[in-house]
Amino acid sequence: MPASATIPALLSVRGLAFARNEQPVFGPLAFDVEPGEALLVQGDNGTGKTTLLRVLAGLLRAEAGEVRISGTEADHGARSRHVAYLGHLPALKADLSAEQNLRFLCGLHGARPERRIDAAMARVGLAGHDDALARQLSAGQKKRLSLARLWLSPAPLWLLDEPYANLDLDGIALVNALVSEHLAEGGAALVTTHGAYAAPPVRTRMLQLSNARVDA
Amino acid sequence: MNTPGLRASAAALLARDLRLVWRRRGDALQPALFALLVVVLFALAAGGERESLSRHAAAVLWLAVLLAGLLALDSLFRGDAEDGSLEQWLLAPVPLPWLVAVRVFGHWLTTSLPLLVAVPFLGELLFLPHAQLPVLMLSLLLGTPLLGLLGAVVAALTVGMRRAGILVALLALPLYVPVLVFGAGSVAAAAQGLDAGGALLLLGAGLAISLVLAPLAAAAALRIAHN
Repeated sequence: MPASATIPALLSVRGLAFARNEQPVFGPLAFDVEPGEALLVQGDNGTGKTTLLRVLAGLLRAEAGEVRISGTEADHGARSRHVAYLGHLPALKADLSAEQNLRFLCGLHGARPERRIDAAMARVGLAGHDDALARQLSAGQKKRLSLARLWLSPAPLWLLDEPYANLDLDGIALVNALVSEHLAEGGAALVTTHGAYAAPPVRTRMLQLSNARVDA
Repeated sequence: MNTPGLRASAAALLARDLRLVWRRRGDALQPALFALLVVVLFALAAGGERESLSRHAAAVLWLAVLLAGLLALDSLFRGDAEDGSLEQWLLAPVPLPWLVAVRVFGHWLTTSLPLLVAVPFLGELLFLPHAQLPVLMLSLLLGTPLLGLLGAVVAALTVGMRRAGILVALLALPLYVPVLVFGAGSVAAAAQGLDAGGALLLLGAGLAISLVLAPLAAAAALRIAHN
């Protein structure tokens, strides 16, 4: 950690390791994510990218190591206030409309007071789909709806698991634009991808998970 | 920052559940239809004699309500686990036991309440003595939320399994037995002119305890099942 650092890193990980059935999945890992920074987590299938994000979100318990969020120990309260998680499962109810799904998730997680649901729908290119049932949306449109939830979320740290999956070129550009905008506002993001084909045009660092080391 | 309070998150979850039930109105009638089935089959099997039906009416109604609730139990958390909603519950800034409690209440509202409304009509089919109806309704009003809360723990434990139908029933039944004994027992006592208060108070005490403990246990089970 640089000696000049006055603001604690948004996410600080030391010695983090995870094992499933005594088989090490990744780690020990050590890295920091500063505000305004994106960490690109890369690796082949099965190297533990998703597991890392789930551990950081608090959905899985780490084997060893320390996770600090904004300088404090990451407990449930700190995580729920600072972390927004986009996983493989969209968390959408098939029988509810896009707008109702978004409204429920905002009710559960909170939303930025200055951002409105219809604005979020327009931001992700789903304007006019408010009343469409989630079951009628394509996989890409569901992903866009999840991105709208992130855009509304007050959490500064985004954990994005394969955000580019199922999206068209326009959607990939949308993810990059949303991440850039979020970082410009002082947020941070962890993004997992298979390759570097779609990295947001921002200050990024790479975490290569096959050999588990951070390249600055 | 705008984090939702307990009340806002509960309102959002309840509104969602009620909307979902409204979208699938047919499914919501299933417990009541199942109870009707049990009652009709019992009446047919027992021969339709007024005396014998009337004598067992309260016990059969209690059993029908319990079995119908058991049937609906597996859907308590399964849908939310499968579409990833449960992950978002775990990450939410409100305590998980609170969300579990609200979900159980919503489930009771949409599965048990229609059943309770149907009980007086089902009672007519079985010649339930009208004097027993108030005690029966009171015991069900205390008993069904208790069954729902106990069932929530079992449903949470089995949420990680793909097909848990019969396992849920096997795990839940021992927990359900005391509720059935005191619930049906209160009506039986009232029918014999005894005081039903003791059994009802025990049901109430069980409800009070499980209101506090069951959401905590179910939340812990959900966390374990999710790992």
